[in-house]
Amino acid sequence: MSVPIAWYLVLAAALFCIGTVGALTRRNGIAIFLSIELMLNAANLTLAAYSRLLDDRTGQMVVFFALAVAAAEAAVGLALFIAIYRLRRTIDLNRINLLRW
Amino acid sequence: MNALELLWLIPLLPFAGAAVNGILVRNSQKGLATAVGIGAPGLSLLVALAALWQYSTTRPGETIQQAVYVWTTGGFSVDIAFRLDPLSAVMTFVVTLVGFLIHVYSVGYMGHEPGYRRFFAFMNLFMGAMLLLVLGANYLVMFVGWEGVGLCSYLLIGFYFEEEFPPYAGKKAFVVNRIGDFAFLVGLFALFATFGTLDFAGIEAQVLADPASATAPYVFGFSVAGFVTLCLFIGAVGKSAQIPLYVWLPDAMAGPTPVSALIHAATMVTAGVYMVARSNILYQLAPEISTVVAVVGAATAIFAATIGLAQNDIKKVLAYSTVSQLGYMFLAAGVGAYVAAIFHLATHAFFKALLFLGSGSVIHAMGGEQDMRKMGGLRRHLPWTYRTFLVGTLAISGVPLLAGFFSKDAILAGAWERSPALWAIGLVTAGLTACYMLRAVLMTFFGKFRGTKEQAHHLHESPAVMTVPLGILAVGAVVAGYAGKIPFTHLDWLGGFFAPVIAVIPGHEAQAGHHGLALEALLVSASIAAAGIGLLVAWRIWGRNRGLDGGSAWAARFPRIHHLLENKYFVDEIYDRIVVRPLAAIARACWKVVDILIIDGALHVGAFVTEMTGDLGRFSTTGNVRNYALYFFAGVLILFWWMIF
Amino acid sequence: MELAIFIVFAVTALVSSIVVVAHRSPVHSTLSLVVTLLATAGLFILLGSPFLAALQVLLYTGAILVLFLFVIMLLNIQRERASSARSPLQTWGALVGAFVLAGAVSRLLWDAHAESVAPPLTETFVSLRGVADQLFTTYLLPFEMIGLLLLLAVVVAGWVAKRVRAEADEESAE
Repeated sequence: MSVPIAWYLVLAAALFCIGTVGALTRRNGIAIFLSIELMLNAANLTLAAYSRLLDDRTGQMVVFFALAVAAAEAAVGLALFIAIYRLRRTIDLNRINLLRW
Repeated sequence: MNALELLWLIPLLPFAGAAVNGILVRNSQKGLATAVGIGAPGLSLLVALAALWQYSTTRPGETIQQAVYVWTTGGFSVDIAFRLDPLSAVMTFVVTLVGFLIHVYSVGYMGHEPGYRRFFAFMNLFMGAMLLLVLGANYLVMFVGWEGVGLCSYLLIGFYFEEEFPPYAGKKAFVVNRIGDFAFLVGLFALFATFGTLDFAGIEAQVLADPASATAPYVFGFSVAGFVTLCLFIGAVGKSAQIPLYVWLPDAMAGPTPVSALIHAATMVTAGVYMVARSNILYQLAPEISTVVAVVGAATAIFAATIGLAQNDIKKVLAYSTVSQLGYMFLAAGVGAYVAAIFHLATHAFFKALLFLGSGSVIHAMGGEQDMRKMGGLRRHLPWTYRTFLVGTLAISGVPLLAGFFSKDAILAGAWERSPALWAIGLVTAGLTACYMLRAVLMTFFGKFRGTKEQAHHLHESPAVMTVPLGILAVGAVVAGYAGKIPFTHLDWLGGFFAPVIAVIPGHEAQAGHHGLALEALLVSASIAAAGIGLLVAWRIWGRNRGLDGGSAWAARFPRIHHLLENKYFVDEIYDRIVVRPLAAIARACWKVVDILIIDGALHVGAFVTEMTGDLGRFSTTGNVRNYALYFFAGVLILFWWMIF
Repeated sequence: MELAIFIVFAVTALVSSIVVVAHRSPVHSTLSLVVTLLATAGLFILLGSPFLAALQVLLYTGAILVLFLFVIMLLNIQRERASSARSPLQTWGALVGAFVLAGAVSRLLWDAHAESVAPPLTETFVSLRGVADQLFTTYLLPFEMIGLLLLLAVVVAGWVAKRVRAEADEESAE
């Protein structure tokens, strides 16, 4: 029996929201980054599901590019974390309240 | 070089002097301040004399108009233009000559004052504004000068601003003048609305072409001419200190004496008379307003003269005398004797400036004392001041062959033509004038000295820089009268010179002013008699060696009248009750209720709300990125919800 | 059979993703994310794109997450201390918001696609050749630009990390 595409979509929505909770609640910068990767992954799943539903490979192409961009983003983001850590000796976002005043 | 093309230089030079003295010169550079302060009006006088000489020899009676600049906004266009005609020629002559002499005098009088440079800057500014007023070719330029002299008057009355009274007096003058200026402006609006121009020549041409346009009904039951002239006259009442707005002028004596001489006797206060004469074509078309002018003038003349009888401050006497003489001028203008009004204006400028400067010389010698009860016997110590002051007194009293006699006679003759009652008031005023002026002379220069020993020790004649202008003015007070109508003759240089200025409107020709020889003799002898009686009465009461006793005896005989006169009919007190206090109460209510309660209250509520919002909102800006992300997320949710459902 | 595999992968992904978000230790979070990504790779295969599954395993789990682990170890990040600045409002706000969002999106997708049935898988859809064809013809320019972007990211990452160290050294020198 074939799995309904809607199930994939709902699963992706659930994963996305779990990632959102993580991004909003974690204090560790790396953990937030991981949550964002989770959200990205959920979006990729949605794209793949629609690609399948519409029988169009364009969705897969977008996922491919999203993966590549995620790799670039991870590289730069982690470099930033290293930089912040070097300056402040922490990556706890509660203590990096640069936006205050 | 054609001096007639340099009209604009005449007001510009004093303005430039004021700017240089006011901005560039330093207080320590007294010599420079003197040079600039005297030089600017001196040069202005030279240019004016050259222009007037050229005018009277080559183009007498013509109107010369020069536009310097055209000011245009929207459909409104006014030339900034100067106009030289017989009227402004006489005014320019008087203002520049008397003004220059008073400037020279001030060098001596103000020599030891700390505000020397400031004084000359203001005086020059005044000269510029006054010349702008008399030389302006339209009502707008005139109004600029009008406000300019008002400003200078305010500045100079309050010259001793560190004392308490002078700033108050300046404020009073300014506020009272505003009432008149408001009406003046309304009159200008009405003029512009009716004729589409403020140009003297343009208005005159339109009225002459179609007198009905000026007598057409306008507002409040007035004709155009009636409304405009009434507004202009209210303006003149404020500026020229007539009933009911005269109250500022006596207080204006708080300024330095040269200021009183220049601004509050010779020139600025006569601006109203000049303006009425300048607008004579409109006044001729508004006979009811002319009557108002004459009645107000006559009432002011006799009212102020009676007050002058009981004043003890020498400058106050002269101030009420000025109010009274201005009333005379308005009386003349009101009865249609515009030439006589300007004639009296000119002679008055000479002898009243002379009297003020003489009183300044006395005050200078007395070390600032102005109370005549503490003077007496000064003629031995101040011979030149005494002589010139006496000439001025006799001139203003109407003693034959001096200037005041001729001009006063011209006014009385004009008044007789219109109404014997006005003539009678004028005659009585003439007698009172002679009386209080001789009283002032007797109290000041005769009898025994009543001041302190220290003052007696310091008594001295003023320096030449002060006495020479006195002498020149005294000569003017004698000879100025021969420019006008000389009784029993047909000599009337001023009348002939002025003929082009006094408009002749078809259907409104004034009756020819030539009475029979018998009537003329009667009028002249009546005015001589009035002056003689006035002088005689003064001599009998305050005459030689009686000192103050004669006056005190009369005061004791009529205590109520004396009390009333000494307190100036309580006019200031009445105004205080019916105008100042209610206004102050309203202002206080505005302050307490409108300002503090409503405006400040609204502000405080606004501030409180803002503060509370800020206090509450402060907790949202934690600086924590995660909180901001949550807000972001909330926003996404709201948007999502809004887009989907 | 397919349904059973889907359920296994889906449950694995959900559970491991919750661990990613909930676990205090960054190392455990990262490892859980690896599990999530692998499960997703399985789902990609079920959706007929083995190419994406391979990429997911090689790129994501093999490269990116290893990078994460390296950084965590480099910085020697400890567990989050539970006591430090708890903010219940933040936590509950996020939970409620996420729950609402999940519910709304799920409802929406379900309403739209409950009846949708995917067309049968074809040889061309699945084949790697088809993917390559499209990638090197239609998407050639984006493909090249992605390469450039990655190069740029590497350069910038190195520059950022190095530069900050230089500044920090200057500060400490002062």
